[in-house]
Amino acid sequence: MENLGQLGQYLGAGLACIGMAGAAVGVGNVAGNYLAGALRNPSAAASQTATLFIGMAFAEALGIFSFLVALLLLFAV
Amino acid sequence: MISLLQQTAPVVVEQTETVTITESADAAGHAADAAHAAAAAHGAESAAGMPQLDISTFGNQIFWLLVTLAVLYWVLSRIALPRIGGVLSDRQGAITGDLMAAEEFKQKAKEAEAAYDKALADARAEANKIVAANKAEIQKELDKAIAKADAEIAARTAESEKRIGEIRTSAVEDARSVARDVTEELVRTFGGTSDQALVNEAVDQRLKGALQ
Amino acid sequence: MAAAEEEVGGLVFHPMDQFIVKPLFGDGPISWYTPTNAMLWMALSALAVIALLVFGTRGRAIVPSRSQSIAELTYGMVRKMVEDITGKEGLKYFPYVMTLFCFILFANALALLPMSFSPTSQIAVTAVLAFMVFFFVTILGFVKNGSHFLGLFWVSSAPAAMRPVLAIIELISYFVRPVSHSIRLAGNIMAGHAVMKVFAAFAAVVALAPVSILAIVGVYALEVLVVTIQAYVFTILTCVYLKDALHPGH
Repeated sequence: MENLGQLGQYLGAGLACIGMAGAAVGVGNVAGNYLAGALRNPSAAASQTATLFIGMAFAEALGIFSFLVALLLLFAV
Repeated sequence: MISLLQQTAPVVVEQTETVTITESADAAGHAADAAHAAAAAHGAESAAGMPQLDISTFGNQIFWLLVTLAVLYWVLSRIALPRIGGVLSDRQGAITGDLMAAEEFKQKAKEAEAAYDKALADARAEANKIVAANKAEIQKELDKAIAKADAEIAARTAESEKRIGEIRTSAVEDARSVARDVTEELVRTFGGTSDQALVNEAVDQRLKGALQ
Repeated sequence: MAAAEEEVGGLVFHPMDQFIVKPLFGDGPISWYTPTNAMLWMALSALAVIALLVFGTRGRAIVPSRSQSIAELTYGMVRKMVEDITGKEGLKYFPYVMTLFCFILFANALALLPMSFSPTSQIAVTAVLAFMVFFFVTILGFVKNGSHFLGLFWVSSAPAAMRPVLAIIELISYFVRPVSHSIRLAGNIMAGHAVMKVFAAFAAVVALAPVSILAIVGVYALEVLVVTIQAYVFTILTCVYLKDALHPGH
């Protein structure tokens, strides 16, 4: 029955990867909205690239967190 | 990827000297059991499954990171950044200097053009003046020549007229003497005595109307 | 040191082996002064930065050479970033931001070389970088603004009843900053390198080898992008935190 603990680890790691989908949606949302705004007002687009990258970094960081949770479950628990 | 990584979990066992695995396929069960035993026994070592969480290397990494960052910060703030900043501002200065020089040259070119235009206008005026002077001189000479020619023509005309006048008077004299001679001869023939004075007077009277 | 190792139908996966810190000479224990592969690659990235920014610009030419114009572009980009985000008074901290950017960029980029070690995939390294920024910014905020700096957490534009709740949220998000700051960088680099290793393991199967190699090429190209973007993001977030310290009013 010690396999049960391991089962839990693997299941948890797999479930944690679902979080990456959320990050994907988030990054896509940021980039898509930026593109929509940039096409509407191209002159303002260049000044907002920094904001774009910050937004993408924040969204992406959450996906990395879920990846980290998966790694921790696999290796560190 | 996780599904692949998960295979690496039981590995700890291989490193723990307590268990030796010969065949991985049939060792899976043992490995799992042993892994948990090992995890319980050596909590620190099980964390080494992820190298990033191996606390024993943290001191080393942090020390060398701080050394690297300190060196890099020192080099950048003392040497590299002032140098690049200096180069950039030099370039800015050179560009503004060049622009000013270009402006100056433009000004000079404009002045040169104005001077050239002025010289051109002067030369043209001078040329006009010379042309006018020459024209006047030529006119004068021409006038003189015409006057001289006129005078000559007038002199010749006068001479010719005089000669015509002479010819005419001589012709009148000739006609008169012929008329006198004829009259005398006639009078003589008709038996009259020819009085020279009377004949002359009569002929002159007659000729006065005819020859004038 | 535990090496992750398991045979699955003839395939050998070592996705995390590349992150193991090893001594350069011998096989002894790692104490704080031992020269390790982590030290080697951090030193190489520092040397690369120095080569570009110091030796690349030694001509000081008005018309720059190739390396000098790269150095000038980097300088101009980081300086503009600092100036745009923090304003004129932030330019005092420009060398610090530039050091961070260059070090992270080159450590990330050199880690893409085969057989190399990536210092920025180590949580210890990125945590030190992030906590340095965190403490620097927090101390700077209190030195520059005194207790005014706490206004960062007290959102005066919100309704009065909401302010305590928002204060707690702001406080938590402030203390999470160094964590997310460091894990973002380490996680991105670690994930990319681990994925490449996993694809590389598939290349042992003849039928899968072409797919695997194509996938590695694709992931590698993505990693080149990620390497730059993560250095940029780390720097830009440093600038944003610096702005909070210099102008705590929202």
